Amino acid sequence: MSAQLLILEKHYFALLSRELFDELDPVNSGEHLLLGLTGESSQFVRINGAQGGAKVRQTGVVEDASLELTLVTKDSSGGLHKGVSTLTLTGEKDLDRKRALMALEQLRKEVPTLPVDAYAELPVMKPSSLVETKGELLHSTHVVDELISPLKPGVDLVGIYAAGPVVRGMANSAGLLHWFKTETFSFDYSLYTSGQRAVKSTYAGTKWKSEDYRANLEAAQTKLELLLKPAIKLSAGPIRAYLSPACIADLIGMFSWGCVGEAAIRQGDSPLRLLRDGSKKFSGKFNLVEDFSAGEVPRFNTEGDLAPESLPLIQGGELANTLINQRTAIEYKVAANGASSNEGLRAPHVLPGTLREADILKRLGTGVYLSNLHYLNWSDQSGGRITGMTRYACFKVENGEIIAPIENMRFDDTIFSIFGQALEDFTDSTQTLAETGTYHMRALGSTHAPGAILSEFKFTL
Amino acid sequence: MDNSLRPEELIKNPDFSKAQYIGFREVCETSTVRSARDGKPEANEIWQSHGMMVEVLIEGQFAYAATPNRTREAVTQATQKAYEQALIASKFKIHPFTPAQRPRINTAYSTQIRRIFSEKSASDLAGLLVRITERIKKSPKIIRATSFVQNVETQVTLRGSNGTDATQKFNFITMDFEATAQEGSLVQKRSDGGMRGRSFQGGWEYLDTPDLWERVDKVADQAIELLSATPCPSEKTSLVIMPDQMMLQIHESIGHALELDRILGDERNYAGWSFVKPSDFGTLQYGSKHMNITFDPTIPHEFASYAFDDSGAAAKKEFLIKEGKLLRGLGGMESQARLGLPGVANFRSSMWNRAPIDRMANLNLEPGTSSLEEIISSIEHGVLMESNRSWSIDDFRNKFQFGCEYAKLIENGKVTKTLRDPNYRGISVPFWNSLSRVGNDATFGVYGTPNCGKGEPNQIIRVGHASPVCLFDNIEVFGGANS
Repeated sequence: MSAQLLILEKHYFALLSRELFDELDPVNSGEHLLLGLTGESSQFVRINGAQGGAKVRQTGVVEDASLELTLVTKDSSGGLHKGVSTLTLTGEKDLDRKRALMALEQLRKEVPTLPVDAYAELPVMKPSSLVETKGELLHSTHVVDELISPLKPGVDLVGIYAAGPVVRGMANSAGLLHWFKTETFSFDYSLYTSGQRAVKSTYAGTKWKSEDYRANLEAAQTKLELLLKPAIKLSAGPIRAYLSPACIADLIGMFSWGCVGEAAIRQGDSPLRLLRDGSKKFSGKFNLVEDFSAGEVPRFNTEGDLAPESLPLIQGGELANTLINQRTAIEYKVAANGASSNEGLRAPHVLPGTLREADILKRLGTGVYLSNLHYLNWSDQSGGRITGMTRYACFKVENGEIIAPIENMRFDDTIFSIFGQALEDFTDSTQTLAETGTYHMRALGSTHAPGAILSEFKFTL
Repeated sequence: MDNSLRPEELIKNPDFSKAQYIGFREVCETSTVRSARDGKPEANEIWQSHGMMVEVLIEGQFAYAATPNRTREAVTQATQKAYEQALIASKFKIHPFTPAQRPRINTAYSTQIRRIFSEKSASDLAGLLVRITERIKKSPKIIRATSFVQNVETQVTLRGSNGTDATQKFNFITMDFEATAQEGSLVQKRSDGGMRGRSFQGGWEYLDTPDLWERVDKVADQAIELLSATPCPSEKTSLVIMPDQMMLQIHESIGHALELDRILGDERNYAGWSFVKPSDFGTLQYGSKHMNITFDPTIPHEFASYAFDDSGAAAKKEFLIKEGKLLRGLGGMESQARLGLPGVANFRSSMWNRAPIDRMANLNLEPGTSSLEEIISSIEHGVLMESNRSWSIDDFRNKFQFGCEYAKLIENGKVTKTLRDPNYRGISVPFWNSLSRVGNDATFGVYGTPNCGKGEPNQIIRVGHASPVCLFDNIEVFGGANS
């Protein structure tokens, strides 16, 4: 096995961990250590068909792994001091060990000099976990042909293929070890008309099946035909709307941005403080759950805490739970629930409603059918107002019939309207929207969401 | 980098006989982040990433392989992988690239540093950040005080089979602090420039400035002041934008729109396209005659100054928009070859594990002639906004909306009441054509941000933006959720 692939193996992480823990002096120096591993071996292929037929814009492979060391020291007064150092692993055992020891040495010099960290905690032994999922991925030499050959001549496709093994590991000097390894692929793409209208689609999973990919492409191409009509320009103002599962997933993504975490509520950032104090409410039809049962993402966090397999956050429109990391738990004297350090969603599921897929247009009547949103941001975070744009396949609907695509519109609306008084119903099934982000590393997991009918959605420009 | 293995040697290897070019880009980056909240340390983190990307050109197709392992064996394996990928993809190449898109460069660049970051110990810096948050919490109305410093040391070395051998050493500093104030259900925030806008190339001199404690007090005082401020009105009016918000206005409604790879459609599946067409260069009146936009990598302390980009192209100042007319786009050697248009040296990557793409670097609005007082006194009724807190724009870079932390009402040529939750929206070209006054050198502020996202696979990169104060006519402004 090559050195690069060795860094993605559990035994390599376990070996490195043991060697580092053996260096500690918990009794005399009060040293305790937590280790985190992230790693991947990825193939990326970018395709752009804007200049006639699908072409490869950029292609390559990336091997990468990082080891994070968190040293916690206890001083003679019982105060805890904490520092973190992260380094790149090479897969060359002696070199990795040497560099990790250097990082540890640097932390040993620095951490005891730092102010006492009131919210730090010593690592403890907790239940370990092991998840390994073997995928069936395309061979790297077949990818380009497999992606491009099913395309009809002249189809303007633009997108990114990303695939390969991804690992996450966590160990602490109290003896805990978590390991998560999966092999995934995603092809996140858009098809464009000559009139600059587009359909967005993603084919993602752990087992590539050519027939499923071709069916995914076919469905997108069928939808693209609806975009050939000239687009209608709408006026600003509230409008009746259907929001697809992708739109709901994007809006739910904002709940990770200073919203559903306990610290964000306590420290004034989150609009959910208005839910907690009773001044605002969601619809009783809105249910949001963190659900790890699909095994797509690790349940453990950097402290080694395991999140519950299922945690209701919004239940019947009420705030049932928040995401609570260990630091927040210590600060506010509440129980931690295995949340990540930023207290963001990792396995969000919006529960379905009662609207049948086949009845969406009929129930919508006259309004807009929105397939995708774009560039969401809080326009007033503490008031719960989000702005963003419509994007891709969005249509004007009249009397239950799609009339024509619409020109992009800006919206500015509150979560208390979207998931509150304006929410008529969710669809009776959910879609799995794979997380395809690749900032710093390939993201894992997905959002499970239904579509929704809103009595009004506020367009502003 | 393993100096024993060079691209000039690899390209002679019979295993790589079809290679037209082989290049290495090694990056070693060490980032130190320290932060505090409410009088207590929050984060003390050192993050290092070190690796290299091998790039191979075969039959007009580039491909890459990135590896953290820089042994001779590993780099040779990486070259084999890139070679294999380039050969396969060359059947579907987007353009017949040549070695001309990797110009030879042999130079060096270093950030000018007056006081090195490490002159202060970790404990001194952690202590300073704690003290800043203690000082911000001057009133029970301040419910949260944070402070943050990031120092990044980056070394990039390019080597190529064309004889390229060049190194750049950067030192980036970002500092921010923020106050959150609350009264009843009203929450207001004020930071030191918004969006971590105080981002520079340099050293400790940008942290320990003579005005540090004055700025700390201002942030705390203005957060409290905002609790009793009037909601921003909803109307069309004159809008004065301070440089720390102009930064993002330039970034979103000019910078991304002028990226040639967006115009070529590369980004349509993620960041988006652009309303700008290739035929617009030399013809489109992007803004009023007061509008002069430059790509300027030469301002020493601006965040994204450098001597050459990741293709090896030498960087120099260029006017992109002159007296409102669009002249040149933001595109590196590859986009220039694909479009047959002039560009700039901005083919940049975030790290050794990401391939370069067209990015902004320093994108600035050149100063005009008006003083701030002259601008204010010329306004009968208007709003002044500063420090970004919210941003959004469509995928063609037309319809934008920004929110700011702090605003003032302007009445009869004078600044009067403080306004809270200020927002404005518009469409890029009409907006820039409504630019009626541009501030002079005295109003010119240099800012930057470490967080510009783009690309597939995704990349975050540092950009710099400098601007004077600007006045725009007849702009739609409005308030917050409860205004």
